[in-house]
Amino acid sequence: MALTEQEILAGLGKIVNEITGIPAAEVTPEKSFVDDLDIDSLSMVEIAVAAQDEFGVEIPDDQLKHLKTVKDVINFIQS
Amino acid sequence: MSKDRVRVVVTGLGATTPLGGDVASTWSALLEGRSGIRPLTEDWVDSVPVKFAGVAAVDPAEVLPRPEARRLDRSEQFALIAARQAWQDAGAPEVPAERLGVCVSSGIGGIGTTLSAYDTFKERGWQRLSPFTVPMLMPNGPAAWVGLELGARAGVHATVSACASGAEAIGYALEMIRAGRADVVMAGGTEAAIHPLNVAAFAAARAMSTRNDEPERASRPWDRGRDGFVLGEGAGLIVLESYEHAVARGARIYAEVAGLGMSADSHHITQPEPEGRGVVMAMTQAMTDAGLTGRDILHVNAHATSTPAGDVIEAQAVEKSFGSHVLVTSTKSMTGHLLGGAGGIESVFTIKTLSERVVPPTINLEDLDDGVDVEIVCDKPRDLPGGQIAAVNNSFGFGGHNVAVAFTTV
Repeated sequence: MALTEQEILAGLGKIVNEITGIPAAEVTPEKSFVDDLDIDSLSMVEIAVAAQDEFGVEIPDDQLKHLKTVKDVINFIQS
Repeated sequence: MSKDRVRVVVTGLGATTPLGGDVASTWSALLEGRSGIRPLTEDWVDSVPVKFAGVAAVDPAEVLPRPEARRLDRSEQFALIAARQAWQDAGAPEVPAERLGVCVSSGIGGIGTTLSAYDTFKERGWQRLSPFTVPMLMPNGPAAWVGLELGARAGVHATVSACASGAEAIGYALEMIRAGRADVVMAGGTEAAIHPLNVAAFAAARAMSTRNDEPERASRPWDRGRDGFVLGEGAGLIVLESYEHAVARGARIYAEVAGLGMSADSHHITQPEPEGRGVVMAMTQAMTDAGLTGRDILHVNAHATSTPAGDVIEAQAVEKSFGSHVLVTSTKSMTGHLLGGAGGIESVFTIKTLSERVVPPTINLEDLDDGVDVEIVCDKPRDLPGGQIAAVNNSFGFGGHNVAVAFTTV
């Protein structure tokens, strides 16, 4: 069964908090990982690896670089 | 001592050890003669002949924020914790980045990461490796993280010489300041090597105690019944500073780092040279470099690891180098052997010994082996006299590396 946006957002919030210490509540769909959340490229790799484990979706490197916002990741996981 | 040479002093101490999560708790445990050695409870102990170790009293992953801890190998966690303590203890000196250096060493580096990352790679593929795997396993990782923490730009170094690494780092830091490359250097050693492969490998070298029925009594330097070293983990770091810089900012000074001696046995890859010539050479050089005579040196914090081969050779070398009056102790009887971390914590202990004027005891010494002609402080602490006094910390490593650092009261 496909996950809802809310479920994915909650999961991502937990992952981002675990990896960067940013409160999960700040991880909202419109936020950009780099510009708003100040997450560097290595941390994005960590987040992608954790998201793959959590949601069972492979995120190839050439796709990862297009995932700028939290919403982009949610859409990718839902697609 | 030449009058025009830069004098170097110690203004900050930090440590996390099997006896405590900081210098104060570790020091009071040392004076009480408490053992930090305990049985291991992990499943893997069934596969190795040694079932105990000096596990850090405070888990470093519990001290650091989770996002920070997960990017650091355990050896890096220990180093960063000890560095923060030492920096605070020194009063967080204001020093230009270009005049601030770091020299933090580990004997083995991020071996826990190397081994667990290889498991992840084999079982789940390269994509599942942390992007921080390389900085976690590289042996200069602890130095690099401490350098980033402090913003040090005068140079960040990691000297490697097995169990002499931590002392060599302090020696290198002394030379950095003497050479005019830095005014302040954070230096010491760290190790996190309690892993079944390391235990198995040291056991294969027949270097470890297997006194599994009495872990707390297993580390027993100079005792006739000693049967090998006990593995410990943790870090000890000190802030070295030019005397001029320390005085100008009104810093508290623990001791002077007055002399350095280094030598190599060039004898055997693991066995100590039976005459102790290299060890004597290192200690004598440290004494001469400090402008001292044997009579000035009242105390040696010995390398003595509780192995049958090394302890007596070292005690005899102390007697040859300084005389029979020296009060010698091995704090490894309580902490176990921290490998590359040993020279770090034992420098902290030597400095505390001078500044508090009390020598911590060697525990578990019940039946002194033949051939020891210096006095081993055992069972309870021993006071040192007032006035200007000196002490030496010894660290030796597999490969035949010998390092002696002489400290004096200020």
